[in-house]
Amino acid sequence: MEHIRMPKVENVRLVDRSSSRRIQVGTLYLTATHIIFVGKGSEDRNELWVLHSLVCNVVKHKSSQSGYPLLIHCKNFQVIQFIIPQESDCHNVYISLSRLSRPEKYEELYCFSFNPNVDKAEREHSWDFLNLKAEYSRMGLPNKLWHVTPINREYRVCDTYPADLFVPKSVTLPVIVGSSKFRSRGRFPTLSYYCKENHATICRSSQPLSGFSARCLEDEQMLQAIMKSNPGSRFMYVVDTRPKLNAMANRAAGKGYENEDNYCNIKFQFIGIENIHVMRNSQQKLIEVSALRSPSMGEFLLGLENSDWLRHIKSTMEAGIFISKAVAEEGVSVLVHCSDGWDRTAQVCSVASVLLDPYYRTIKGLMVLIEKDWVSFGHKFSHRCGHLDGEPKEVSPVIDQFLECVWQLMEQFPCAFEYNEKFLISIHNHVYSCHYGNFICNSQKERKDLCIKEKSHSIWPHLWESKLDFMNPLFKPDQSQNQGLLRPSTAPYCFKYWRRLYNRFDRELHPRQSELDCLMTIKEETQQLEEELALYEQKLAVLDKERAKTLYMQKGVLDSKQALWSLPLDTSLANTPQDYIGGFIGGAPNVFTLQQGERESAELSLFGDKPKSSDADSSDQESGVADFSSHSSGEESLPSEDSVKYPDSDETGPNRA
Amino acid sequence: MEVAIKVAILIQICLKSVAKSNTKEWKRGSGGVRFLVPLNIMEFAELIKTPRVDGVVLHRPFMPTVEGTLCLTGHHLILSSRQDNTEELWLLHANIDSTEKRFVGSLGTIIVKCKDLRVIQLDIPGMEECLNIASSIEALSTLDSVSLMYPFFYRPLFEVIEDGWQLFVPGEAFKDLESMTDEWRLSEVNKDFSVCPSYPSLLTVPKDIDDESLCKAASFRHGGRFPVLSYYHKKNGMVMMRAAQPLTGTNGRRCKEDEKLINATLCAGKRGYIIDTRTIAVAQQAKARGGGFEQEANYPQWRRIHKAIERSNILQESLIKLVEACNDQSHSMDRWLSKLEASNWQSHVKEILTTACLAAQCIDREGASVLVHGTEGTDSTLQVTSLAQIILDPACRTIRGFEALIEREWLQAGHPFQQRCAQSAYSNGKPRSEAPVFLLFLDCVWQILRQFPCSFQFNENFLIMLFEHAYASQFGTFLGNSVTERVKLQLSQKTVSLWSWVNRPQELERFLNPLYEPNNLVIWPSVAPQSLLLWEGVFLRWNRSTKCLDEAYQEMVHIIEYNKELQNKVNSLRRQLAQLETEDSPLQTP
Repeated sequence: MEHIRMPKVENVRLVDRSSSRRIQVGTLYLTATHIIFVGKGSEDRNELWVLHSLVCNVVKHKSSQSGYPLLIHCKNFQVIQFIIPQESDCHNVYISLSRLSRPEKYEELYCFSFNPNVDKAEREHSWDFLNLKAEYSRMGLPNKLWHVTPINREYRVCDTYPADLFVPKSVTLPVIVGSSKFRSRGRFPTLSYYCKENHATICRSSQPLSGFSARCLEDEQMLQAIMKSNPGSRFMYVVDTRPKLNAMANRAAGKGYENEDNYCNIKFQFIGIENIHVMRNSQQKLIEVSALRSPSMGEFLLGLENSDWLRHIKSTMEAGIFISKAVAEEGVSVLVHCSDGWDRTAQVCSVASVLLDPYYRTIKGLMVLIEKDWVSFGHKFSHRCGHLDGEPKEVSPVIDQFLECVWQLMEQFPCAFEYNEKFLISIHNHVYSCHYGNFICNSQKERKDLCIKEKSHSIWPHLWESKLDFMNPLFKPDQSQNQGLLRPSTAPYCFKYWRRLYNRFDRELHPRQSELDCLMTIKEETQQLEEELALYEQKLAVLDKERAKTLYMQKGVLDSKQALWSLPLDTSLANTPQDYIGGFIGGAPNVFTLQQGERESAELSLFGDKPKSSDADSSDQESGVADFSSHSSGEESLPSEDSVKYPDSDETGPNRA
Repeated sequence: MEVAIKVAILIQICLKSVAKSNTKEWKRGSGGVRFLVPLNIMEFAELIKTPRVDGVVLHRPFMPTVEGTLCLTGHHLILSSRQDNTEELWLLHANIDSTEKRFVGSLGTIIVKCKDLRVIQLDIPGMEECLNIASSIEALSTLDSVSLMYPFFYRPLFEVIEDGWQLFVPGEAFKDLESMTDEWRLSEVNKDFSVCPSYPSLLTVPKDIDDESLCKAASFRHGGRFPVLSYYHKKNGMVMMRAAQPLTGTNGRRCKEDEKLINATLCAGKRGYIIDTRTIAVAQQAKARGGGFEQEANYPQWRRIHKAIERSNILQESLIKLVEACNDQSHSMDRWLSKLEASNWQSHVKEILTTACLAAQCIDREGASVLVHGTEGTDSTLQVTSLAQIILDPACRTIRGFEALIEREWLQAGHPFQQRCAQSAYSNGKPRSEAPVFLLFLDCVWQILRQFPCSFQFNENFLIMLFEHAYASQFGTFLGNSVTERVKLQLSQKTVSLWSWVNRPQELERFLNPLYEPNNLVIWPSVAPQSLLLWEGVFLRWNRSTKCLDEAYQEMVHIIEYNKELQNKVNSLRRQLAQLETEDSPLQTP
């Protein structure tokens, strides 16, 4: 609270980014956890709630006649522009927000104050929703070749690894300790995925401390044991996901990669995925492109190309494909590492797992995969997502890339996934929101020390409750091409710009009718029809037998539901033309600019006889819906949206100042 | 004697194919060649030096190779393995855009590049055979005479129930208009096509303008294309007209009749918009060649807006570059995106769509009438007027309505299909008047369809089918450049209309959009680059496996059909129950 210099500012204007003609006046509130904007006058609840933890940066712009603009970029790619009448108010809001959006201590994060209306038992239960032990046993572990080593129970061997780790049974504790000493940050080779059918595994580690010539007998034994734990194979792959040059440079620092001569029966392979800094810059460029206002086609495509983002997605995907093929087709185990083994390694292992195992293409399965490969194995969420004020060079969209790889796969295999893209977007949102405790801290140990489970809630049961919204109506698990290994194409044109994520809040850019929503509604209706049918059949049977005296006709689902999906889903938007005059923004009377620019003023009187025409674009004549709602009501576009909240949601209740 | 044997063999092969008419290629491409083979083989015999080669191997991407016998007929290239379970290839010569040949020893290879953008490879043993086949294909695919085209030889295997040639006559459309307004009349001034050779014989013009004035206005417009009615917006009575550029020339010629004609469409005190599809610079340059644009001084009630839709040769180049990018085998991301960008195709889509939206916006939102023209009024003008109607008029989003739109705004409006579609993306010669104007229009329709997937009665396949038939077809619909030419060619008597075939329920089925629910509203698409996608169904069609996408489509159809089935069941049970109830109740009352 001490950071809030200005709890309330009146007469603030909220500008719609897609068209500065749509402006809403209202009151801006700053609370300990949210920025809240309440629109004035209109009968709709025009409220905008933004979590401080989702704020990426706040920028003051040059003053205009109407006031002092404040631009807020969010980590979920929302861009909000306020215009504040007084300079001092603007400055105070700016200073407050700058501080509020960069908390210095974990205790300041929203998840510690977020207090939904559930009791203690329920909260504790929420953390049991996913169980990694069950996941390993689903894979078929432990078995006669693999078991859990107790060596890291106290996080003494490796403080960034989880407590429970699977290693070959044949490996002794001294070998593990020796191997861990030969690996960056003690991250020794351990199992990530086990393929029941052919015993091949995906193992992960960090880079070896090989320098130019160092070797480590225990580490060599460790790899040998992993190879031997796959009885059918005569060799294993060691995949270094870094570009060769980067790996070689690491040798000078006493790190590096495995020397094929020292390790028996390994095939060593570089896969050039760039480092976190390259990825951060790449995404920054991509975000700039996505936020361009009325770009030309050329600007957009060149910007997309120059960002290199899709090239990085492609190389991550290719690494996943290489590994999944080695496991599924060759039956060969793979050890994956990068430098520390918590960024590229996590990406590549999890992409390979999605390709390999249909389970990870289900809603629960993807949750488990993230919990296992990312959360438990110490992906540094706090650093990578910038939860706390800290080193900006640690921030990198590593998990964004994983989620995007899954999305790209969903585009190629529309029937192979139980979930739809809303699920991925919701996960993305929560990775950054600090709303739940799952993605706080950088390792399991830190989370334990901070008592995350005692002090915050888990996201997974919350997402599970909204399962219906995340279902892919086209999911067909029984189809042969959706079982087993997915073989995606990596032709460049198969990698697309993810509009739903990067332009998530620009509603006017998305299809006005959604195939997905239509099909979901139809499926829901089908289910009701099935129930109704069963009911009627039952009744009919009873009637036939007894010719019962009274038959109570129930009002059918059909009457009320039939028209539901047949209506165009978003008629208010469908009926609002946007600017078709390249980026020219203005009131309707001068919507049409003469390109030659001559007689501009004389021509303006053209619509002088139609004073009402200036309303034509901001309110819809046919449906009568004020189209400003398109900005503030994120409600329809995405379920379980936490950055946009409404007062009726009990979640936000306690925190309203 | 020898010829007779060859013919016999061909007939044998053809008959065999008929027997296996369940194969896809057969069904899709060539609905019935059986009876004409003996006929046209005689006429083309000179061009076919080697009508038949055994042991030819066909390579197609994402399909197994087929080894079999290659046969050339007057209009088709046929490859049959003569095995029961393999697909045959039936390719119209007219569909062949270009060929390349290579030799390795005596094994020759012909790469055939088609106008529908597919590329196939034929390995032909024997150098002489290969050379002969290649030269025959080349000759047969570039026949100059329209009357030698396949539609004149094709006889349908189906019974024509509804003659497509009679479906969309101008008089019928006018009856609809008459029911809404009496401001317009049907003029026969172009009865013998002398006033404007690219216009149809019947034209809708303002009631108060007599034929004499029309003739004068025609002499003031490029190619005689004086302003005519294109669309009447029922909601507010505004109209869209189209024309060619006015012939103002450098000294600012004017024409009172033209001014009067245009002004007659405005209500008292109202003003309208002239949408010139060219940039102001291009329009200025046109003056030097006798063309030009409407001067404000002479048309004070009109406001002119210039847009920048490119001309035909630039569009043709763009198509060639785009297809090159799509066929690029390198796996480099940068190369793909930069080539896609450099082709400018998506920019053209954006510009055309934007202009159409603008026209629609003027009419629907500003309540103003609109006149659209570019230079000749046969290309960009038609793209704009037809797309604007799709946005504004729900009827155009039905199958019949869309067919009528193509008849009205493209065929009868005089888009020179024959010239524009003579070559496609693989033409290596210098383009003459080829241009993917119609394909761009279809691409724009597809973009709107993607954004409003429930508002169209037809699906993507319908648009792809139209693209194919515009470039090569067994039907006569897209032959000729204007109504005049079609009348001279007697197309309606000598060929079958595409609509006669498409509108049969059996065919229509695969063009129906399962998600369709009539939507009576105006639909405003997004024209932001993020919202416009590459039309993969056309441009990547032959470069990818569509197995998973097809499966998704099938699943969608299944979900919807199952839902409808259940609805029917529930409804009938409910009726049954209600009936039982009423039967029972009288028994209870006494």
